[in-house]
Amino acid sequence: MSLHELDARRLICPMPVIRTQDKIKALAPADILIVYCTDPGVKQDIPAWCEINGHEVLSIEYEARDIIVTIKVGHT
Amino acid sequence: MTKQRKAVALISGGLDSMLATKLVMDAGIHVEGINFFTGFCVEGHTHAIRNSDKDKVKRNNALWVAKELGIKLHIIDIVEEYKDIVINPKHGYGANLNPCLDCKVFMVKKAYQWIIDNDFDFIITGEVIGQRPMSQRKATMPIVAEKSGALDRLLRPLCAKNLPETLPEREGWINRESLLDISGRGRSKQIALAKHLNIEDYAQPAGGCCFLTDKAYSDKLKDMWQTRGDKDYTLDDIMLLKVGRHLRPRPNYKLIIARDEGEGNYLEGYKRDFTTIKVTSHPSALILVQGEFTETDALLAAQIAGRYSQGRNAAEVAVTIKMLSGEELNLQVAPMAAKNVLEEWYV
Repeated sequence: MSLHELDARRLICPMPVIRTQDKIKALAPADILIVYCTDPGVKQDIPAWCEINGHEVLSIEYEARDIIVTIKVGHT
Repeated sequence: MTKQRKAVALISGGLDSMLATKLVMDAGIHVEGINFFTGFCVEGHTHAIRNSDKDKVKRNNALWVAKELGIKLHIIDIVEEYKDIVINPKHGYGANLNPCLDCKVFMVKKAYQWIIDNDFDFIITGEVIGQRPMSQRKATMPIVAEKSGALDRLLRPLCAKNLPETLPEREGWINRESLLDISGRGRSKQIALAKHLNIEDYAQPAGGCCFLTDKAYSDKLKDMWQTRGDKDYTLDDIMLLKVGRHLRPRPNYKLIIARDEGEGNYLEGYKRDFTTIKVTSHPSALILVQGEFTETDALLAAQIAGRYSQGRNAAEVAVTIKMLSGEELNLQVAPMAAKNVLEEWYV
């Protein structure tokens, strides 16, 4: 298991989802990906994308203007 | 043992592609979705930016449809490749800058490459004959199949009975009798089918899912092309055309003025890349300046900024202009009277 980060600030949906999807393609099952976003749409879209593609959203946190989504990569 | 056949569905987030996918899934075919991001998609953007939409749940309808159907969705960024379709459409534009037929050919071609790369058998779209004036006509349906290279691996389940038999039907992967013969712009058959399939929640049919079908947006894009003398664009360029009030008081520059807090917050993200104007004496949104803006333009631009601030009725407002060079200009100006903001300045 390894930890990875993705900066998707300033991007509006679906770009943060696309960047997350493309990043996860290169990761291994059980890896953790932390995505930094600013578009509130990610609160619905990243969990929806994770659910249909077999990944798990561990948390959604807020820090200043950032929305920080932590994902555990699934076995797909 | 019979081979499990697999199809990829072009999922827009609307009802038609949802129904087409459901029909094929019900026939025992494994279906996954594909959704293309061109940069011109209406989906989600205005919700993300504007205050007026803050009460609505922000959802990406393509993702939502995939989740409802229980299928995977692959979202593909085609912003760069799509430029050629927008700039040089072989079949021309529709009523605005919408290259619908070239767009459909391009997307089906990309989907065809995707099924080859991923060992899938055929492609599904939610197209209906007569639904759209440019890309969904009886005459253009074969063009899409032929020019995309997909040929008879392209199945349109909602109107398949009005079209020649395709490979999935001929091979018995799907029974032609289970497919439909919908045509025309009416929605009643789709709505009845949704009810029959227990689909209760779906995105309402809108004027289109692409900003290029919108006259106001197309006018801004034409203005950008004309003033630059070049049709190339970046994702930021086409995103900014979706935001704010655009005024071109002089040929050499344009002002992008936020209409509410949401747009103001969005434009804030670009403040390091543009000359900006802010009324500091009264509440106001940030204004971005696009083009070759010099100090000689400052007075007029500051007066316009005053007009669009809450100091519009004050005798004077304080305005700070941060030039892209880093230089800062501070001015005291009388806000422009409404009658002096010329109609032709609005892009």
